[in-house]
Amino acid sequence: MMDWQALVISLKLASFTCLALLPIGLVIAYVLARSQFFGRGFCEALITLPLVLPPTVLGYFLLVSMDQNSFLGDSFVSLTGQHLAFSFMGLWFASLIYSLPFAVQPMLRSLEQIQPELREMAWCSGLSKWKTFLKIELPLAWPGIVTAMVLTFSHTLGEFGVVLMIGGNIAGETRTLSIAIYDSVLAFEHEQAQMMSLTLLAIALVTITIVYTFNRRHRHLLRL
Amino acid sequence: MLEVTLSDPGQPTLNVEFTCSSGQLLALVGPSGAGKSTVLRCIAGLHEAAQGQIRSNNRDWFNSDNKVNLTPQHRRVGFVFQNYALFPHLTVSENIQLAQTDKTDVIVTTDLLSRVRLTGLDNRYPHELSGGQQQRVAIARALARNPDVLLLDEPFSAVDKVTRRKLYLELNSLRRQLDMPIILVTHDLDEAAMLADTLVVIHHGKTLQQGEPEQLLHKPNTADIAKLVDVRNLFTGRLINKNNSFKLEWNNIELDLEQDYSSELNGQSSLPVSWTISPAKVILHQRVKPSRGEQENPVQASIIEMLTLRGVTTILLKLSTDNHELIQMDISEHVATRNQLAVDNMISVSLLSSAIHLIYN
Repeated sequence: MMDWQALVISLKLASFTCLALLPIGLVIAYVLARSQFFGRGFCEALITLPLVLPPTVLGYFLLVSMDQNSFLGDSFVSLTGQHLAFSFMGLWFASLIYSLPFAVQPMLRSLEQIQPELREMAWCSGLSKWKTFLKIELPLAWPGIVTAMVLTFSHTLGEFGVVLMIGGNIAGETRTLSIAIYDSVLAFEHEQAQMMSLTLLAIALVTITIVYTFNRRHRHLLRL
Repeated sequence: MLEVTLSDPGQPTLNVEFTCSSGQLLALVGPSGAGKSTVLRCIAGLHEAAQGQIRSNNRDWFNSDNKVNLTPQHRRVGFVFQNYALFPHLTVSENIQLAQTDKTDVIVTTDLLSRVRLTGLDNRYPHELSGGQQQRVAIARALARNPDVLLLDEPFSAVDKVTRRKLYLELNSLRRQLDMPIILVTHDLDEAAMLADTLVVIHHGKTLQQGEPEQLLHKPNTADIAKLVDVRNLFTGRLINKNNSFKLEWNNIELDLEQDYSSELNGQSSLPVSWTISPAKVILHQRVKPSRGEQENPVQASIIEMLTLRGVTTILLKLSTDNHELIQMDISEHVATRNQLAVDNMISVSLLSSAIHLIYN
């Protein structure tokens, strides 16, 4: 039988992560694409790190940083009276970190692909830098932004290692669909595991298909 | 009126100075990498030179002494980029409206479109237009802001030769309606000479000479400029004073000169010089019909090579003396045919003394 509660938690986590990473990722990608500063390479490496780091290692460091004795964990407790570790908030925070490269990289690539002359032309046409971003850069980088959001959503939905380390397995709070699948397999409930796996597979397939179709149409429209 | 004085010791090096009046088309010419586009970017406010001044209609756009440096948004320039930089996600009319002061004024958009002969194409996207049409949209957009200065950065380099010739005529006709200074950057000398009122030669970021096309192409100030503007007959010789008559000694030939060069000689008996003569001013002594001027610096020469392009025959001549240098002559194709000129023929030509231009080393 399908664990609907876990599905809701997964979708909620993926949606919240997407909503938060849209502005955060865009700001980081814009700064990286448009400015040269000392340590740029290190910053890029730091953002990309969750891609290559084993999820358990990342999860471990995040768990340590959320400990009540750490600065982050202590600050969160004094602000909200709640613990970050093994809570939905902690899971959300961890998702922001491990999904960051999936949000930043596509946005960065699409912003970098915009010809510098287009921005300069917009300035010479009287547009401020903010209006240039809104009217020129944002529409042209749109495929990258959509890709970033879909990848973030799909990746958050399917993440397992970090979720287990940070959230544990608290039903209705941190028990996501991927954890529920793991539990079902351990309990030899193969039918349930299969149903939930197929649900995740379907969501991933549909979202990726939408992205590819959208991007192809956008490219065709702009002859990019 | 646009006044530009810029200097920058860094990369790229700049040392330029020129002025351009309203309604005048000034062409910045020079080889690739000479700094022409950088100058244009400085005028637009996209690049900041270390020192200098850019004034448009007596208003400082850039003044390093007073720390004035207006942003591109506040300079009112119309810029046509080399690749036109049309916004690919906007239609033709949206591209133009974006640059309009009143973005909702459709009449202005329609008027601009008709000025560049694009009426009816307002809903097309840039990728649906030909190269020539794209250039016209770029010009319309540049004019949409009612600019104080129009900047054209190699606007013809992205189109084929046939379209280019059409666009030359269109730009020439359009510029007569414009009353702002127009700066054209090009590496094509013929294009510059055809369209511009004034040429400014730039090399290694430095202005070498400013003048009318005719003067600059035929009377360059230095041998370096002569090479840059592709002067075809450039030689070295000696200016001599022979009994108060000034001659140009060129290997074993003495050529008569028209002007008084006593101030240049400054009491010396001779002075090493470079000299040029336009290929059109090397006059053929016609076999069938002798012309005036045959007594003027006549020389015998044999034809080494002949090449005809668009009705003009360029002939490469080797003088029949110990002089081993080759001289080029341009004559009408029909003159070459009528005189039955062919390779290896011996002919007689005059090097018009009024056309000999001396360059002091």
